[in-house]
Amino acid sequence: MVLPGKLVKNTITALMAVIPSLFFANPATDTTHVQAETAVHTEHGPESKKEKVDEYIQHHLLDAHSFTFFSDEAEGKHYGFSLPVILWDNGLKVFSSSKFHHGEEVAEVDGNYYTLHHEKIYKLDSANAGLKLNEHGHPENIRPLDFSITKSVLAMLFTALLMFILFVGLARSYKKGPIPTGAGRLLEPLILFIRDEVAIPNIGETKYRKYMGFLLTVFFFIWILNILGMTPLAVNVTGNISVTVCLALFTYIITQLSANSGYWKHIFWMPDVPVLMKIALIPIEILGTLTKPFALLVRLYANITAGHVVIMSLLAMIFVGRNLAADMPISIGLTLFISVIELLVAFLQAFIFTMLSSLFIGMAVQDHHHADDHDHHTEEEPIIL
Amino acid sequence: MEGTLNLIGAGLVVIGAGVGLGKIGGSAMDAIARQPEAAGKIQTAMIIIAALLEGLAFAALLLGK
Repeated sequence: MVLPGKLVKNTITALMAVIPSLFFANPATDTTHVQAETAVHTEHGPESKKEKVDEYIQHHLLDAHSFTFFSDEAEGKHYGFSLPVILWDNGLKVFSSSKFHHGEEVAEVDGNYYTLHHEKIYKLDSANAGLKLNEHGHPENIRPLDFSITKSVLAMLFTALLMFILFVGLARSYKKGPIPTGAGRLLEPLILFIRDEVAIPNIGETKYRKYMGFLLTVFFFIWILNILGMTPLAVNVTGNISVTVCLALFTYIITQLSANSGYWKHIFWMPDVPVLMKIALIPIEILGTLTKPFALLVRLYANITAGHVVIMSLLAMIFVGRNLAADMPISIGLTLFISVIELLVAFLQAFIFTMLSSLFIGMAVQDHHHADDHDHHTEEEPIIL
Repeated sequence: MEGTLNLIGAGLVVIGAGVGLGKIGGSAMDAIARQPEAAGKIQTAMIIIAALLEGLAFAALLLGK
């Protein structure tokens, strides 16, 4: 690797000294936990433990506008730092999410009033209006366009930076010699694995080069984000349906844009079937092109979200159960076991996403041999056994 | 009542996933027993199909809940 070892070591040491100070960036005398009188917080009254646990798990799965490392509910202190909120509401409004005071107060910016409900920003008519809830309990206020840097966005930026540093360093180290040193030794077999086992068998030897960038990016991006989700930092990026929708959308766009004429012929005018069936097959085939990326996105989202929910539920068993001394070792043991499986799932889901993407791309770009063969068979004599 | 139906549905999904994975595992073991030197490729294919099946099962579970 090009980065000299001493520089990396010193940087990491400096970071580990600085990061704990971020815990206290929010002044500890921030808020006391306001018991709700407004409509925003009807669910914070006395509740059963099960409901509290449900709410906590929901909160963990959601994105957040401030990065909270841990919080002390009894005293209302939150240790972490606030992230900027960027809204477009007839004009660009940028402010720190500390104005929301963790969802308890209404932020006033330029004469508009915004409030946070389940980590989504709604616009209020005036300072004391409160959210208008419809009969299902969902707010009906309008939502401004939200471009904030949230926890997930920060995690994705961090992942992008990490990948950039690692792989640009690896590429540069090839100028010095064919064998990489340091962290490159871990990355090179992975890259070769993706090229030899995933890209070339599915896309073909002549055409795989163009798509390697996308496949490698998607693989490492999803893998690193899944692993980040396993840390206690409570960043849940790939368990967010919007992220997986975008990733599947990229695959879909790339397959459609690089598809050759044989692929389109198979969709719109399937060869060697009667004309009526050709017409009937058109909507089915068009739907078929959509279901494959849809399955991709649901698979990733469901696997990661289910993993998080299972781990948090097992941990919550400690609090909900009645016999603490017996519950705790069982719960911690099970959680450890499931966490190890989730690490495997993190890699596996990234690999499956990459492999299926390459399969779809391969199906779109492959040369179509069948059309010629079909015609030949109808001219030969039937084989009589 | 609809809570019970939810749970029964989830149970059916798990039965389906279990049967499917069992069949995959069984065929994979038969194939490896026949040809031990192809074990690597068979394992890879088995894991891939298992992940596809799990995706379906999880999707059904999440859609139900």
